[in-house]
Amino acid sequence: MLSKKVIIMAYEKFEVLKSTGVPLPIENVDTDQIIPARFLKATEREGFGDNLFRDWRYHPDDTPKKDFVLNNPIYGGKILVGGKNFGSGSSREHAAWAVYDYGFRCVVSSFFADIFKNNCLNIGVLPVQVSPEFLHKIFTAIEADPKTEIVVDLPEQTITLTATGEKENFDINDYKKQNMLNGFDDIDYLLNIKEDIREFAKNAPL
Amino acid sequence: MKKTLFDKVWDSHVVHSIENGPDVLFIDRHMIHEVTSPVAFQGLRTRSIPVMYPEKTFATADHNTPTINQHLPVADPLSANQLKALEENSNEHGISYWGLGHKKNGIVHVVGPEYGITQPGATIVCGDSHTSTHGAFGAIAFGIGTSEVEMVLATQCIMQQKPKSMRINVNGSLNRGVTPKDVALYIISKLSTSGATGYFVEYAGDVFRNMSMEGRMTVCNLSIEMGARGGMIAPDETTFEYIKGREFTPVGAAWDKAMTYWDTLKSDEGAQFDQEVTFDASEIEPMITFGTNPGMGMAISKDIPMAADVDGAVSTYKKSLEYMDFKEGDNMIGKPIDFVFLGSCTNGRIEDFRAFASIIKGRKKADNVTAWLVPGSHKVVAAIKEEGILDIIQEAGFALREPGCSACLAMNDDKVPAGKYAVSTSNRNFEGRQGPGARTLLASPLVAAAAAVTGKVTDPRELMEPELAH
Ligand code: SF4
Repeated sequence: MLSKKVIIMAYEKFEVLKSTGVPLPIENVDTDQIIPARFLKATEREGFGDNLFRDWRYHPDDTPKKDFVLNNPIYGGKILVGGKNFGSGSSREHAAWAVYDYGFRCVVSSFFADIFKNNCLNIGVLPVQVSPEFLHKIFTAIEADPKTEIVVDLPEQTITLTATGEKENFDINDYKKQNMLNGFDDIDYLLNIKEDIREFAKNAPL
Repeated sequence: MKKTLFDKVWDSHVVHSIENGPDVLFIDRHMIHEVTSPVAFQGLRTRSIPVMYPEKTFATADHNTPTINQHLPVADPLSANQLKALEENSNEHGISYWGLGHKKNGIVHVVGPEYGITQPGATIVCGDSHTSTHGAFGAIAFGIGTSEVEMVLATQCIMQQKPKSMRINVNGSLNRGVTPKDVALYIISKLSTSGATGYFVEYAGDVFRNMSMEGRMTVCNLSIEMGARGGMIAPDETTFEYIKGREFTPVGAAWDKAMTYWDTLKSDEGAQFDQEVTFDASEIEPMITFGTNPGMGMAISKDIPMAADVDGAVSTYKKSLEYMDFKEGDNMIGKPIDFVFLGSCTNGRIEDFRAFASIIKGRKKADNVTAWLVPGSHKVVAAIKEEGILDIIQEAGFALREPGCSACLAMNDDKVPAGKYAVSTSNRNFEGRQGPGARTLLASPLVAAAAAVTGKVTDPRELMEPELAH
């Protein structure tokens, strides 16, 4: 294993998150919904939270749509709970930035699109994939009590509904887990093996 | 051990493997554009590090660019600012930059292959999910996020878990009026938008063997719409014929050396795939989508499926039809449409313009239709003129626009208004993708052309000359 010499903290460390959850029980939520393309014109990473789910959240005249969950004051918290196949479509990391900038630190779903999941991990948002049954339990629990607490424990790799104690394990590869726990990112790692990369490049196939 | 094509290319690019973690993958070619790169360059600045191999990165402006009056300054200040940032960042780091007005400018996934940047056996990434297009050449090509763009600029590598492998075979020969776009929409409708998530696809069988490079690009382009990281097709004579003599294609001894590598690029007989599916080409008809994701497609002559008959949540399905203002059981034929968009990295190549022209020739644009015909690059524009397609377009009452992504993602002014229907040759029919409230019907250039001249959803086979059949 290679040693890490240069270490920059890329984002907040993630250990145990206790929070209420915001339910979005829709399937195939694509990144065009999470952040529509017309808001991608910035050259900085901050400020996308204001336009998170823009067209589901606001009418064309910018007044809030009352029935959308982010406009409902009874729901809140740092955990976004979405339906199956969350984050499909465009690779725009802006979608993950918008989720983060709005204040979420964790997204729970029964299935994630690949690129969105990677993007989340790269910026310090934890994607937690649970079984369809457990996802259903979470939605039901939040519906019954919007203040219900959800505990996401990264070191233990568990997600728990505090009220009932129901719990499920989730997967994350060791490397990404360590990054999340320590607030490191991949570039820190890659910069430390630059010499190996240079050597490799000399004999690269193309 | 018997290896798949994907294994061969992937394994030869692994710099380092992390136990229980990702592989460090060396990237041969990196394409960037104005939307997903500025924050990556900002990251380099914050860390005070240079671009490691500037000669392996290529910049083009496409997502945000206007498709008329490109010689004038870009009016929207935010777009102008993003374009300026790309130019400045490229210049500062010595990256070749094909900006607006440059003769090589065009959509990133159209110009890459046109200039021979795309090569068999290469690893290619870009901050755009349709990077999968380049897989048509037997490359491993996939879309990445901005953090990964920064990684590639800084270290020419990204860290990725090796995906699982899937082979999709389509055998037999295609029916009249069925194009590569229909083949892809058909496969997505069968597998769903998440059916290949976690996989890298190899397309095999008669249909892809006999397909042109343009067609293969269309198919590989749409791999992401079934959730796959990418899709690839083993390089063959068609591939080598296409790349030979292009600006960045190797020549002389370098070509011979490359050929030695390229000749090995096929899945070994008996290589194991994690999943394998096979379709029969004769089952495929011209396709159209009726919903709000690319998996919601069907043969143009069929009826919209009933909610009770589809997989997935009924509420999500109904929400989707409500957005489109369609009903379960509706037939699509004859539904009036308002816009037609021919273009994008899916169907903005010369072959797509040829197909479009074959239908509109001698006919007139329908009065109720606004049509945007947007070539993928200046090279495509040149071919359109050279082959006399421009005359056909103009005689039929259409106009040609300048290259760019345009209404594919509607970041520029080419937006479909709320509630309007667009038959579009692009790749995504998500809510609002072509403008807030816009309703998109994805289809082939033939279906788009048939709609453009009739003003409604029309089976293109009805307008095809018998001798053009097939
Ligand atoms: S044409 Fe559409 S899909 Fe292709 S690169 Fe442009 S925005 Fe992306």
